[in-house]
Amino acid sequence: MTLELDRDHAVDLLRQMLRIRRFEEKCAELYSGGKIRGFLHLYIGEEAVAVGAIPCFTPEDAIVGTYREHGHALIRGTPMGPLMAELYGKANGCARGRGGSMHFFDAARRFYGGLAIVGGGLPVAVGLALAQKLTPPPPLLDKGGNEGGVTACFFGDGAVAEGEFHESLNLAALWKLPVLFLCENNLYAMGTAIGRHQSQTDIARKADAYAIPAEAVNGMDVLAVEAATRKAVDSVRAGNGPYLLEYRTYRFRAHSMYDAELYRTKDEVAQWKQRDPIPLFQQRLRAEGYVSDSDLDDMETAIAAEIAEAVSFAENGPWEPLEDLTKDLYTPAKPAG
Amino acid sequence: MTKMTYREAVRTGLREALQSDPRVFLMGEDVGKYGGTYACSKGLLDEFGPERIRDTPLSESTFVGAGIGAALGGMRPIVEVMTVNFSLLALDQIVNNAATIRHMSGGQFSIPLVVRMATGAGRQVAAQHSHSLEGWYAHIPGITVLAPATVTDARGMLLSALQEPDPVFIFEHAYLYPHEGELEGHPLPVDLTRAAIRRAGTEVSLITFGGSLWKALEAADHLAREGISAEVVDLRVLRPLDISTVLTSVRRTHRAVVIDEGWRTGSFAAEVSAQIMEGAFYDLDGPVARVCSVEVPIPYPKHLEEAALPQPANIVRAVRSLMGR
Repeated sequence: MTLELDRDHAVDLLRQMLRIRRFEEKCAELYSGGKIRGFLHLYIGEEAVAVGAIPCFTPEDAIVGTYREHGHALIRGTPMGPLMAELYGKANGCARGRGGSMHFFDAARRFYGGLAIVGGGLPVAVGLALAQKLTPPPPLLDKGGNEGGVTACFFGDGAVAEGEFHESLNLAALWKLPVLFLCENNLYAMGTAIGRHQSQTDIARKADAYAIPAEAVNGMDVLAVEAATRKAVDSVRAGNGPYLLEYRTYRFRAHSMYDAELYRTKDEVAQWKQRDPIPLFQQRLRAEGYVSDSDLDDMETAIAAEIAEAVSFAENGPWEPLEDLTKDLYTPAKPAG
Repeated sequence: MTKMTYREAVRTGLREALQSDPRVFLMGEDVGKYGGTYACSKGLLDEFGPERIRDTPLSESTFVGAGIGAALGGMRPIVEVMTVNFSLLALDQIVNNAATIRHMSGGQFSIPLVVRMATGAGRQVAAQHSHSLEGWYAHIPGITVLAPATVTDARGMLLSALQEPDPVFIFEHAYLYPHEGELEGHPLPVDLTRAAIRRAGTEVSLITFGGSLWKALEAADHLAREGISAEVVDLRVLRPLDISTVLTSVRRTHRAVVIDEGWRTGSFAAEVSAQIMEGAFYDLDGPVARVCSVEVPIPYPKHLEEAALPQPANIVRAVRSLMGR
């Protein structure tokens, strides 16, 4: 296949995938060093999905992510420093350090989490899309208008087993809401293979039951992800109601930081690593003459510098003072008068 | 002063909210065409149209979650969950999302969501439709929990709830819907930080909320005929609890009986009792007493259901025992 691609765009796709990969490799190292605690679900292997999909959305659109959302926040535009600081639990994190790895939030970029109960983000996304559909009259808009705003809802194959998946698809289709259900099918609900938890393993077909158009996409190919997502976003933005995409992808590392991986074979992992979205895309760009070895070196150097700066931002960040423990539980009351 | 039923008061509040703020909409099971299971939204579909009065599928978790999302997106949703019994299907959204997102996001997001639901027993609908779980909800930080017992509060607390920037859960006792009362003119909105003294007294404080308020008032009448002066405190806001009004009353009467339709173990009454002990122990003339539901699934036959629930007679007995009579 010939790449009919803008060079700058192609190189940027590669750069963005590498940013996630290198950021998360650093996270794993920092976890081993005790700087990051709790759960740490790495996205390594799945980068083509966030990088292909998220730039299809405008700043007015809303994004709802899961507990494996580092890549999504990074591609949405949250700077790496506040993300790393969040992983450290520092007050200069993107959620003041309150949430950690599973709970990135960024109001300015309409990034609504970081929601870590499997399936729990789908109803919230349906509601965000409802608000977009019921676009309040002009005086109530914060800036300019969100007509045509859509909501991107990411979830995994595990969520498909939850009642909220089925309820949310039904309600969104019934009310013709502008929401994209974006399933990152990495074949495992934690350690349970899809064939061991789904009677119908073809997730895209489930959308039929709710009269929602759907497509399964090669989630290891950033260009395929981008093309399919753009088409789906156009349909939703045009007012045709929800759309479901199933990105077929694979997680190269453990579910969280460590697991014994008793649930899959080393051969299977090795096979999927042959389809690693980053080297494959790199080879394509090299073959096209879009990047040279020195370009790639420069790219790696720049990313390493960005990561070093993010680590320093996190290291130097303050801890939230103890007296702020209950701050922000409720919105502070406005002073009388 | 206008006489109206509790359900008419709720409907009045809903209509006023829909009229005054274009961001407000109502959604839930059978709120539109059917007019609401308890007829609270009767006529509102015709008046406000299907965009603002939205019938939902039987998907509690998703329509409560959609309320959270719509609130995050700038709307002011009122979600009606038919009854507290079905709200259990939405607990994930309530506990994991509604209550956490503001704090967990470092204060970046507010969720101005109002959820209303019917609660309580007393209508012979058996164990799966008779729960009183307000106390469970009051356990959860990050939300506000209201239990309006009067027609004035049924209207006013709804309007106050809609002014709140954070999630509010309103428990309307199903037994009260046909109950008639005086709607006080325009004292809105209700102060959501204050309990209310419904009857002044000097010898014992009867502390309660929701449907049990009327039983406590009946008991107080009975006690008055026996020469015992009971004060009746309507908590009406379970979170945040206005303990100072309770303590002030108890310091004056020196005796407290807490009445709660929830089961005794781990009940909201247990919390109130503990806080009285912490705050007014040396003012008490005797142990705090509780009148709660018997710890069984609420049975269908009338005589058994009545025996399972707090009744005025139980309250009177608890007071007599406390006073050594």
